Amino acid sequence: MNKEPAQFWGYVRANGKVGSRNHLAIIPSVNCANEVAKRICDRIDNSRCFNHHQGCCQLPPDLLQTTRSLIGLGSSPNVGAALIVSLGCEGTDVDLLTSEIAKTGKPVEVINIQDLGGTRNAVSEGILVAQNLSKKISLDRREPVDLSEVIIAIKCGASDSTSGLASNCVIGYMADKMVDLGGTVVFGETTEFIGAEHILAKRAKSTKVASQIFEIVNRMEERAKSLGCDMRKGQPTPGNIEGGLSSIEEKSLGAIVKSGNRLIEGVLEYSEMIDDQKGLWIKDSPGREIELLTGMAITGAQCTLFSTGRGAPQGFPTMPVLKICGNPVTYERMKDDMDVNAGLIITGEKSIEEIGEEVFRKLILTLSGEPTKCELNKYFNSIDIYTLGPVL
Amino acid sequence: MAQIIALKCNKIDNIAVIFSENAQKGNVVSVRDECGNSEELVLSDDIPYGHKVAIKQIDFERPIYKYGESIGVATKIITIGSHVHIHNLDSQRSRGDLLGKE
Repeated sequence: MNKEPAQFWGYVRANGKVGSRNHLAIIPSVNCANEVAKRICDRIDNSRCFNHHQGCCQLPPDLLQTTRSLIGLGSSPNVGAALIVSLGCEGTDVDLLTSEIAKTGKPVEVINIQDLGGTRNAVSEGILVAQNLSKKISLDRREPVDLSEVIIAIKCGASDSTSGLASNCVIGYMADKMVDLGGTVVFGETTEFIGAEHILAKRAKSTKVASQIFEIVNRMEERAKSLGCDMRKGQPTPGNIEGGLSSIEEKSLGAIVKSGNRLIEGVLEYSEMIDDQKGLWIKDSPGREIELLTGMAITGAQCTLFSTGRGAPQGFPTMPVLKICGNPVTYERMKDDMDVNAGLIITGEKSIEEIGEEVFRKLILTLSGEPTKCELNKYFNSIDIYTLGPVL
Repeated sequence: MAQIIALKCNKIDNIAVIFSENAQKGNVVSVRDECGNSEELVLSDDIPYGHKVAIKQIDFERPIYKYGESIGVATKIITIGSHVHIHNLDSQRSRGDLLGKE
């Protein structure tokens, strides 16, 4: 029997959390600060920018959601230090954002565009502050960490019929394995529970968790129905339909396969961070990549295992995203974007377990610093925060 | 010509998924299940890669099963060997278009 690595090499943070990356995060507190944040980021190696579109002209629940989400992104163990770029008149709570991220023990600085006299000054001051922060974290070193410290997120995107039969099964295998090793696994995409929620509810740890699952699905479904359309006009997506998926029920039943078979411990809100909870968790979130991956990074996930059939190339600024492709034809066409070929299951050349073990070995390497295809391609700049109500 | 394969996920399923790039009307398909059993049927439509074929007759408004669960209902009688997709399968969920019409 092969001896499995029981550890990975991670950055152990002041608060005990473990990161798989050590980025300087440049965080615009509001969409209006994005351009300054990006220009600073472009000048600093190893920095990552969260260019989102929220933080102003939103009602209080959404402003709170934006503030909490940015706190989560900055507090992530994959972030070594943070620079907050404030405009000066935003709706997000910059003081709370700064103090909460600082509580993790990492260096945090703030610059204010209006106070500094505009774009040019803010960019040059920001570059100086960012250079110092970057220097501060440059000597952080990886150390061996037990696999029970792993927090992985799972997701499927640009799915087709191979997803539910190959790549999602591989991720399901991995989800069970990581839970059994004492780690934490988070899955979401509430939209893609519709038609399969009864199966998830049976795996809930308690009747309370089961009713929460029905509740979040009902909320998502009612929100979609309120627009008076057949959901099939948007979910499954045109690409899913071309790939052979005919209804949201079919998509959901294939999607939940990636959550494996273990008990579901509970439901996290979109902007909620994971503390020291172990086991399998649900994050209430939409299916679209940018909001889902943002939600998972907020959770504190060190890595996302991402299943695809038609070929989804995108990653996330501070969280490595491993692409597991279930469609052998897509894999051959998009090799440079795909990390693992689960299409070999469809062609009968490999079993789910064999590819699952390949993903496991790849995950350990990725957590220890090996770049994913998304990272090599630098395909990781799109993010956004899920909103609860209208933009005003 | 290479054999055309379709996979059936659960024993109660009335459809299987075609995994061949060139499955055409009149072709014989080998439908395999998770236990390794297989049976043959003849396609009555051209079916794209990853799309579904009916492996039993499905009557009007009856559920279509994949993974042993309903993925929608038939909007017309679907005969064995036919392509099953949005033209003959209706979703039962998130139908905002039917609000007030029920």
